[in-house]
Order: sequence, then C-alpha cells, then structure tokens
Amino acid sequence: MSTYLLDKFLFTVDRDPALVERYREDPVGTVTWWEQEMANTLLHCIPAEKTTWLAFTPEERRALSEHDHVALFELGAHPFLTLTLFIAMFERDHGPLEYQRAYGRAMQHISMPYPDIAT
Amino acid sequence: MATVAAVIASTHHPFYYRASTATGDDRPPFADEWVTKIEAFRETLTRAEPDVLVMVGSDHFHQLWLDNMPQFLVGKAPFFDANFYNEEREFGLPRMTLRGQEDLAAHILRQGLDADFDLAFSNELRIDHSITCPIITLRPQADLPIVPIYTNIFAPPLPQPKRFVQLGRTLRELVESWPEDKRVAIIGTGHLSLELGGPRQFGEHGPDPEFDRKAVDWIASGDIEGCLAEVTLDSLHHPGNATHGFMDFMLMMGVAGDGAKADYVDSLDLFHTMEAYFTWYPNGVPA
Repeated sequence: MSTYLLDKFLFTVDRDPALVERYREDPVGTVTWWEQEMANTLLHCIPAEKTTWLAFTPEERRALSEHDHVALFELGAHPFLTLTLFIAMFERDHGPLEYQRAYGRAMQHISMPYPDIAT
Repeated sequence: MATVAAVIASTHHPFYYRASTATGDDRPPFADEWVTKIEAFRETLTRAEPDVLVMVGSDHFHQLWLDNMPQFLVGKAPFFDANFYNEEREFGLPRMTLRGQEDLAAHILRQGLDADFDLAFSNELRIDHSITCPIITLRPQADLPIVPIYTNIFAPPLPQPKRFVQLGRTLRELVESWPEDKRVAIIGTGHLSLELGGPRQFGEHGPDPEFDRKAVDWIASGDIEGCLAEVTLDSLHHPGNATHGFMDFMLMMGVAGDGAKADYVDSLDLFHTMEAYFTWYPNGVPA
C-alpha cells in the first residue's frame, strides 16, 4: 500500500495545468512517466536529494492508468484530491453537475465505513 | 487592549462567487436568495466596525502537504496572496492580495506557544478559499489586515474536537490580551454535513439534514458541552466524509464562549450542502 504516493500523484498533477491535460489525454503514459521521474522527487529539495523507496502497487498503477476513480476511493486515495482532479479533466464533457452526480452514482455500492484515507 | 468586536462563524461555499456574479441564463435560480442572505450577514460584520480580521480556515492541500503537515498554523507575513490555479479553474475565484497584521500574528504565536499550543507558522503563505470565501462574502472590499490561522480538518490523523474548542477559547484570550487599541473580528469557516468524492455527494440537500439541524442548534445556543458529548472523530464520518470541517465551527464556538447564544443566525438549504451563518457580539450589539 502506498496511499501517500497515490495522493502525491493526484496532488502534483491537479496543481499543474499542463499535467492535468496530459493525464486526461494519455493516462498510461503520464502515470508511467510520473512514477519514473516524479514519484521520488522530494518537494522543496534539489533533484539530487531524491527519495529512494516510493513505488505504486500494481493495483494503484492500474487504477490511475485507467482513470478509475471508484478504485482510487476504495484504495484510500484522498477523495477531495481525486474529485477535484477528475472534475478538472471531465466536467467539460458534460452538462452542469452531470459529471459530479454520475461520479457519485458510480460509488453507490460503497457503504460505511468508507476506506481509511489516513497516510 | 484589543476588543473582540465580533465573532463570526460561517460555511465557506466556493460556488458563491460565481453564482452571485453570474447573469442571464448562467445565473442559478437560488442566486438571488443567496445574495440577499449574504448581504444581511455581511452587515453584521460591517456594523462591528472592525480594524483587523483573524481568519480561521483550513488549507485544502494547496500549500500544505503530507510531507510536512501542521495541525494548527498561524500565518505571519506582511501580505498574503490568495487563491490557487485549481480554485480559479473549478470555482472561478479571483486572485487577491490581503495585508497581514504581523504584530498580532507574533502575539498569537508567542502567547499561544506559552499557553501550551505548539503552533506552527508560515512567513510566506498563499491562502485558499477557506479564507477568501468569507472575505468575498463578508468584506468584499478586502481592505482590512488579517491574521490567517489554519487548522487540519483534512489529513488524518486530526486533532480531537475538544482541541479545536480549546484553541478557540485560547484564541479569544490571546486577541483580548493584544496590547493595541484595535477592534478585532474573529471569523472562522467550516462545513456542516458534507460529502466530497463519495457516493453521497451533490445531492438535493446536504448529505445529513438531521446532523445539520443539530449542528445549527449547538452553534446558535453555544451548547459546547452537548456538541462535544456527541461529536467525535469517528462520529463525524457518518454525516458525510468531509464533515470534519465542522470542527472549525467547534473552534468558533470556543471563541464565542460556553453558553454564548449567537446574536445572528441564518441558514440556507442548498443542493450538496447547507449554508449557515452566525454572529456573536461579545461586547454588546453595536448600535
């Protein structure tokens, strides 16, 4: 489990307009590139001071690569980060609030307690 | 000594700015009623004639991140730039720059540390919609210096609800011990029941109207004891997965004081979440 790394992906992509578009258009390529080049970048530090141990599990990599927001929720990714990024990518293809409501409907099978989001 | 001119607790709804400025077909049907309520709420701050605003909110993973996450943080800087790209993108929020009241921030940090709150600080803080939404609703001219205070209601492990109440009580004392002849309004924003990114989001009402009704009663009557008896970190998951933002309301109940009935109470049932607005005048209702 690397819930922190899932959140780090969502956080770093959501705050960068170019990465939001790149992830929308090419999720597999973006996730592969990000895990190789960005996953172990320690924010606020020089590139040489890389982290040495962060990697996705196969299921985490799959969920990100397939834009599977339901699986991300079930894996404990922070729901605010996932929602914000996915609205940025996909709301434009839908009418007002249509995407947000469909996003919720896709998770109707999930009951309390929700997956733990602690990192 | 400083005077607490008003204590204000509010929801912070990032859709207000866009809804209130939209025209024609883009203007949602609930916008006019919402604007009317906000303008009446704004008057409760204007009437208090504040010189300085202490603003309690919570960063939504904008500047604060999981590699270095404070529980309670005070912004101490001469200026605070505001709003982030992803808030402009999703909510249409404008970029802003607010002045900081650095000497009050220094006082809150020093005296807060000495009162057993290990407050973090930031000398370069870009503030987000948890603080700019109440500026937009309550003081849109954005002309007063602020001291931003961030709480962690967002990234578990979170402080306990009672700790928010305790910090609120202490914050009131800290402001009242600031040796400046200024009128300070303490404003904090949070949420009632709220679901974000889960199956109960974006419904016709907030996800738990029964919780919202109780929450409004606790806040309006200053029933800190009753609220603390029912609200735990675990219980807050049930009304909606983002309901821990209610703890910022609990902090503001601590500022207002035990048993302090709000002088102004209003709410608005919107889709997705209920709006709620409260004002206390600890030193009497202004003329």
